[in-house]
Amino acid sequence: MRGATHAKWAACAAAVALAATACGGGGSDSGGGDSGAVLSSSWGDPQNPLEPANTNEVQGGKVLDMIFRGLKRYNPKTGAAEDMLAEKIDTSDSQNFTVTVKSGWKFSNGEAVTAQSFVDAWNYGASLKNNQKNAYFFGYIEGYDKVHPEDGSKQTADTLSGLKVTGTNTFTVKLTQKFSTFPDTLGYPAFAPLPKAFFSDHAAWIKKPVGNGPYAIESYTKGSKMSLRKWDGYPGDDKAENGGVDLKVYTDNNTAYTDLMAGNLDLVDDVPAAQLKNVKNDLGDRYLNTPAGIIQTLAFPFYDKNWNKSGSEKVRKGLSMAINREQITNTIFQKTRTPATDWTSPVLGEKGGFQDGLCGDGCEYKPDEAKKLIQEGGGLPGGQVKISYNADTGSHKEWVDAVCNSINNALGNDKACVGNPVGTFADFRNQITQKKMSGPFRAGWQMDYPLIQNFLQPLYYTNASSNDGKWSNKDFDKLVDQANQETDTSKAIGLFQDAEKVVRDNMAAIPLWYQNGSAGWSDRLSNVALNPFSVPVYNEIKVG
Amino acid sequence: MGRYVVRRLLQMIPVFIGATLLIFLMVNVMGDPIAGLCGDKQCDPATAAQLKKEFGLDKPVWQQYLTYMGNVFTGDFGTAFNGQKVTELMSTAFPVTIRLTIVAILFEIVIGITLGVVTGLRRGRPVDTSVLLLTLVVISVPTFVTGLLLQLLLGVEWGWIKPSVSTDATFSELIVPGLVLASVSLAYVTRLTRTSIAENRRADYVRTAIAKGLPRQRVIIRHLLRNSLIPVVTFIGTDIGALMGGAIVTERIFNIHGVGYQLYQGILRQNTQTVVGFVTVLVLVFLVANLLVDLLYAVLDPRIRYA
Repeated sequence: MRGATHAKWAACAAAVALAATACGGGGSDSGGGDSGAVLSSSWGDPQNPLEPANTNEVQGGKVLDMIFRGLKRYNPKTGAAEDMLAEKIDTSDSQNFTVTVKSGWKFSNGEAVTAQSFVDAWNYGASLKNNQKNAYFFGYIEGYDKVHPEDGSKQTADTLSGLKVTGTNTFTVKLTQKFSTFPDTLGYPAFAPLPKAFFSDHAAWIKKPVGNGPYAIESYTKGSKMSLRKWDGYPGDDKAENGGVDLKVYTDNNTAYTDLMAGNLDLVDDVPAAQLKNVKNDLGDRYLNTPAGIIQTLAFPFYDKNWNKSGSEKVRKGLSMAINREQITNTIFQKTRTPATDWTSPVLGEKGGFQDGLCGDGCEYKPDEAKKLIQEGGGLPGGQVKISYNADTGSHKEWVDAVCNSINNALGNDKACVGNPVGTFADFRNQITQKKMSGPFRAGWQMDYPLIQNFLQPLYYTNASSNDGKWSNKDFDKLVDQANQETDTSKAIGLFQDAEKVVRDNMAAIPLWYQNGSAGWSDRLSNVALNPFSVPVYNEIKVG
Repeated sequence: MGRYVVRRLLQMIPVFIGATLLIFLMVNVMGDPIAGLCGDKQCDPATAAQLKKEFGLDKPVWQQYLTYMGNVFTGDFGTAFNGQKVTELMSTAFPVTIRLTIVAILFEIVIGITLGVVTGLRRGRPVDTSVLLLTLVVISVPTFVTGLLLQLLLGVEWGWIKPSVSTDATFSELIVPGLVLASVSLAYVTRLTRTSIAENRRADYVRTAIAKGLPRQRVIIRHLLRNSLIPVVTFIGTDIGALMGGAIVTERIFNIHGVGYQLYQGILRQNTQTVVGFVTVLVLVFLVANLLVDLLYAVLDPRIRYA
């Protein structure tokens, strides 16, 4: 009991200290009231410089989501793309788009957001010489092959020929192919506008990025802390409901969780696996565990003819049916994964193309049928499957062993499946790129934008960028092409679902589970939610 | 003395080159670091090639090593993947770890040597036995257990300290982490001092000093302790390097952004520049600390002379 009182005192002290800094450091903030209070949140050191087109992981994504607003924004709850800075995006042929930017928007340094801000930013992101890791986002825009030659040869242009500024607030986009859902991809941070300061004094901008979102960066100590404060001049409707956010870098999410327990931190967005058992006790209902736009699958090496002969699809389906997803997600992941029943993600919503149970009995645990199917398909190639995974992160060993165990039990052969660990993720990626896989391997997909297209085309289209298994199917390609040409969104989604059924019938990859995002918070906070990218929706959090 | 120091400094050169080469090769063996930069996806080949060129990874390893060493001698330790200069990372990480090491070493010297002297003089008494037992416990419990336990008790249950250290990492915040870091070495220092004192207590010079009628305090501090400190100084000297490089576990538990944190992140991201840079500096610290220890011998024992 005594211990508990002490902890409470510490929490109060921390709260007072935080409130004090909020009042002192808020600057233009008039102070007082709940909307002035600052919350602290756990953070990891972003892997890349904080440029919008160079940030491809959650930690950098958190910051971008606070300091940038693009043409579209994904609704944190439904995942639907809604107009943000876009007045309208018109097209008559799904290939040429006219974008009208709302007037009255500014960057936090006072500069107006115009059509030029977007075009400059996109040209920068696409250009090979800038080493932007999200450059491929601009791959559909005409002229991309000139500014970003695929073979790495010298680029022959600095700007995308498909982008033209036609007025202060209008520009046109020409794509290389019909892509009806293109406007819906524009909510991704890579498409954010950039101020002139980004280009004129790049080094200074990187030190303290300036954007057009509800928060502005007050101070940034690389590798340890970033203080963001509410920007009072923000013109949008989604103004910050708190005074600001202090992001603190933690090396170990266990420490962050301990800090949360001690009242030293307000929000952790990655509850450590070891604490999942205690989380109900520690936090009660101040804990969130919802599906994120991440799906884990087992991909197959279709360049290996053992896995690409007639009957192989039966073996693959059989393997899928031999995996007890329910049990594995419950015991190993403590329900922080949801068994997959299709190849997309629940964050898309029914409207966006997610279809619960599309996989059918192929994703259900039916050991007897599984055994029969594998025998019909000619048995396991070489009598054994080896599931490759990288052993350095993400506790993959546990679930791979569990999957193998499940397969072995179903087939009644304790040598039918073994795990094949690869030391580091980088080496694992190398082996995949060099087509050295001889059996199924772990494949995770984190969506770029919440569209069904993003869960299918990059992964299963012939020679697509992330088609690691090199699966190729004419029917699938044809349906995807048709879907991209379809101007009616709901029809396009229907066509994508048809394409997904082709994936199902061939069992091109075994869907395992959807990954969840988790968050825990102190009793000072309310209205905490995670967006489809598992990033907390900071501007909606209320303090006090 | 001067010639001895010069000779020792010259000896450092091959050790330095050998150590950096080994680290460089080890990091390179881990595979292509660029492949891990794009999440679960494949980097688009053009960008990957461009990045490789930028970080010099497209050249053969020996050439990479030579360019790297050439740059190191001009004070350029390269750039980390997040665009920061490695020297910049060092300038933020080393002061923190040095403060942590100072706290740890102070604990070792003050508590370790005091306990050692007390137990050494009272061999076989209850104080001696209980301290011995205590050191045994401390040595056998791994650092991460002590660290997590203290963090949970002092930080969460009793609320005496904050469980994590802030960005500033001031001395007062580093007391508990420093104690955790020092705990095992502290126990060793206690035991070393105790044995050494107990052994020298019966030496002729101590008897002479007592016979001369010197005060007890003077005998213990000026004669007995000074002569017993040689093995302890050796231990503490080499421990400086070990503490600085080996703080990874402690730094992770208390979220201290020092050398251990940068090394850990560098290894995880296969960032050759960061890992080699930091380890190079650690190697230098080791070498210099060893040299200082050897020079200290002469101060403690005038019979030792370096020609």
